Amino acid sequence: MPVLGQKNLLGADDIRRAIARLAHEVVEHNHGVESLVLVGLQTRGVPLARRLQDRIREFEGATVPVGELDISLYRDDVHQRAPRALSPTSIPVDISDKTVILVDDVLYTGRTARAALDALIDMGRPRAIQLVCLIDRGHRELPIRPDYVGKNIPTSRHEKVAVRLEEVDDVDEVVLIQGQDDS
Amino acid sequence: MTLQVINRAEPITQRQPAARTRRHVLDLDDFSVEEVETVLETATRMKDVLSRPIKKVPTLRGKTLVTLFYEASTRTRVGFEVAAKALGADTVSVAAATSSVTKGESLIDTIRTLQALGADFVVMRHHQAGAPYVVADEVGSSVINAGDGWHAHPTQALLDLFTMRERLGRIAGLRVAIIGDILHSRVARSNLWGLTLMGANVVLCGPPTMLPEPSFCAGGLPWDLERTYQIDEALHGADVVMVLRMQLERQTGGLFPSLREYVRTYALTEERLAKAKPGALVMHPGPMNEGVEIDPKVARGVQSAIEAQVTNGVAVRMALLYLLSGLPA
Repeated sequence: MPVLGQKNLLGADDIRRAIARLAHEVVEHNHGVESLVLVGLQTRGVPLARRLQDRIREFEGATVPVGELDISLYRDDVHQRAPRALSPTSIPVDISDKTVILVDDVLYTGRTARAALDALIDMGRPRAIQLVCLIDRGHRELPIRPDYVGKNIPTSRHEKVAVRLEEVDDVDEVVLIQGQDDS
Repeated sequence: MTLQVINRAEPITQRQPAARTRRHVLDLDDFSVEEVETVLETATRMKDVLSRPIKKVPTLRGKTLVTLFYEASTRTRVGFEVAAKALGADTVSVAAATSSVTKGESLIDTIRTLQALGADFVVMRHHQAGAPYVVADEVGSSVINAGDGWHAHPTQALLDLFTMRERLGRIAGLRVAIIGDILHSRVARSNLWGLTLMGANVVLCGPPTMLPEPSFCAGGLPWDLERTYQIDEALHGADVVMVLRMQLERQTGGLFPSLREYVRTYALTEERLAKAKPGALVMHPGPMNEGVEIDPKVARGVQSAIEAQVTNGVAVRMALLYLLSGLPA
């Protein structure tokens, strides 16, 4: 996709505030932190899950376990793209009868979330699964909706939303990259 | 027909350039360091999958893997079947002895038939060196060499590399002694490509009749290797001792005076193993002739990784199937 331009959507402070609000919403909605497990989707969902864990620890004084999940083996387009190197999957607690909070950076078609649901259900029988995303950019292709959204950003399919996080990219920002309209 | 592809009698004195896109796994001579690393990393993740309560992922759902074996096998064939099933693929197993091969069907016709039946992966073992190369040229499926004559057994070499790295934390710089019937061993040949590529120091040891001469290939062996007839010399300072099976079925006879003499001179016993580094890893591709090339006490001893090799074989084969399944990059 030829890049025509890009627009900064969120800066480091915006991301920090969004994560603080999401952390409060998760705890409020679940009436506390008991039996919560945060599961970050590789790659950038993992640092987001860790940040949520930090925020929750600050105001609740409790540490919610964090797991990481790579969903490559559950994708529905494995045979349509070059195979990717796999990242670790490790969930430190048994998720059966827990409330799993899935954390992803961008919610788009919903296919990643679908794959994550399958992967989680193969690992146990959670009491509930809820979905957190930092950015919801629309264009869902599956009946999936997030429970907690950092920011809704209307986009066109020709645009790309890049979430960059300090832990992975050395900078905290969300950028909208405009591509050429090839429709 | 496709004789040029099996012209492997020509020495390979240089590494082949890595294929831009990989569809087949025929030997390790066309693998790059990065590609081997990717396979080993992916295999680590696959091992996680195998440790879960549900040892199955849907990655290759709807794909079919056919094993076509013209020679006997337990661990390689079953290893591939377990790997394919863990990835959600269907498996069909064809043993040449009970197929139309016995009615005279040629290798190519057999393969075309399997392809027409919908094979996405053909895992093949054949007594003729080069047979998988002929097949790979003819079919649209991914062909994986599960052993061809004396030539190559790349998935065994990859699982050996994986096991060494898992147990010892690295491959580069390890001293690996390969002991026994090197000449007839496709396991040794593929391991030589893999081990030298990844920076291990290999020493070959066996009776003169079973140790390839440098003149074995015109231009010399393509590897810079230490060779010795003395097992104690080979074991000295070894991090890994890889014992090969005495392949009585491939030998034409007369290569050593008697099995008893071979055992006396080359069998890996506890006393001999003590000459290797403390904690050196003992490996064997199987099946073992216990009491011939390896003492049963060593085979089941604390330093043995022989069972781990079999288990790791499943993870490594899962990794290969996954990496072969996507569209070319």
